[in-house]
Amino acid sequence: MRSFGLNEIWYMLQATQWTLYLSILTFVLGGSVGFFIALARCSRSRLLRAISGLYIQIFQSTPLLMQLFLIFFGLSLIGFRLPVLVAGSIALTFWASAFLGEIWRGCIEAVPEQQTEAADSLALTPWQQLRYVILPQASKIALPPTIGFFVQIIKNTSLTSIIGVTELMRASTNMNNATFEPMKVLAVASLIYFATCYPLSLISRKLENKLNVDH
Amino acid sequence: MSIIKINNLSKSFGNLEVLYNISFELEAGESLVLLGRSGSGKSTLLRCLNGLERVNTGDITVAGHKMDYESSKLRLLRNDVGIVFQQYNLFPHLTVAANIALAPRLVRKVSKSDALTLAKEVLGQVGLLEKIDAYPSQLSGGQQQRVAIARSLAMKPKVMLFDEVTSALDPELTGEVLDVMEKLAKSGMAMVVVTHEMAFAKKVSDRVIFLHNGRITETGNPDEIFSSPKTPEFKTFLGAVG
Ligand SMILES: Nc1ncnc2c1ncn2[C@@H]1O[C@H](COP(=O)(O)OP(=O)(O)O)[C@@H](O)[C@H]1O
Ligand SMILES: [Mg+2]
Repeated sequence: MRSFGLNEIWYMLQATQWTLYLSILTFVLGGSVGFFIALARCSRSRLLRAISGLYIQIFQSTPLLMQLFLIFFGLSLIGFRLPVLVAGSIALTFWASAFLGEIWRGCIEAVPEQQTEAADSLALTPWQQLRYVILPQASKIALPPTIGFFVQIIKNTSLTSIIGVTELMRASTNMNNATFEPMKVLAVASLIYFATCYPLSLISRKLENKLNVDH
Repeated sequence: MSIIKINNLSKSFGNLEVLYNISFELEAGESLVLLGRSGSGKSTLLRCLNGLERVNTGDITVAGHKMDYESSKLRLLRNDVGIVFQQYNLFPHLTVAANIALAPRLVRKVSKSDALTLAKEVLGQVGLLEKIDAYPSQLSGGQQQRVAIARSLAMKPKVMLFDEVTSALDPELTGEVLDVMEKLAKSGMAMVVVTHEMAFAKKVSDRVIFLHNGRITETGNPDEIFSSPKTPEFKTFLGAVG
């Protein structure tokens, strides 16, 4: 029987790296897809709006855990056995893209319609309006909720522990199995999550307040 | 030669009929004032002139462009037609210079240095050269509105449309904006002005149209129309605005 000491904490901190890599990867990939989802949601084409709306609904209305299982176990049933890290990244990317798409749609729509009218009246093309008038204003509005959602991503990477990604949660389970000290293990794991997420939440709230003051 | 020609324009929003059978012409260099109670259709009519609203029936020709809602044709028309709104609608993330330079740069493909020269020129016209590097939020309402006018002028429009551009301003700030508009009219710019400023209408306009419930109820040159209003609606209106 191992006791829970510095080596074990070190092991958990090492695994935290994977939590962060996975979070950043999810954010970058999910954000890239989500950007186009948001544009599609605000598009003039009814078809694009419908498709992107359905996409968002599918991923928002089912548990992330189920999406994870479908991509990992479901695909392996029909012969595609993806490495756990790849399966985890794909599931998180889909999930994050749907949520970021919806968050950013809201930010784009929060830019007053008169801005579009002014740009329209100056003979800018729809893309120029988006690029030079709408997106710069929308991205400022988007910063606080986006950071807030990044915190959700960090916490939800813990679900990939179930399919076997050795991130912080999985490492904690491993340490618990080795030491049978669940309270200490969970306390340290919580502390690490908290130390990562809390400052981000704080920044998000600060920016939110600043934005409200500016307006 | 007429710079605006409208024939039998009608417009409704769903079941709500807002403009009926509007016809008028405006000659180059003239300024037209649109009067009417709130809800009479003034803004809608103005917005039909640059295609922000689509008419149900009627022919519109503005600055030589026949109204066509195909987007590239519409942009060609808007190239020549400036509009200024009640709420200024400056781009808050851009400096005054960048607000003004944006459309010339993107639409007219003017070089960066030419755009700056242009910005200085139009800011000079509205008397705000010293605010070239300010952000809209650092300006008073009257200053923002003058920048909005400058932004339109930078596109070298052939017609300018003004929709109650002084209505959101504190009374002491309306003068500076009206002065700029008066100078513009005197310089020969064709303008359509929606306003409740009767003194401006009397002094500056060449033509007045009074809209009532979406119809042209009375029209004429300002000398006649104000001194001898014919319809009871216009008399009532003049009584109310003083
Ligand atoms: N986008 C719109 N959708 C529906 N109704 C509208 C819209 N814009 C204006 N209206 C209606 O059209 C009428 C004329 O409005 P408007 O042209 O703004 O009048 P004015 O500028 O003279 O006050 C009003 O009854 C108004 O409620
Ligand atoms: Mg109006």
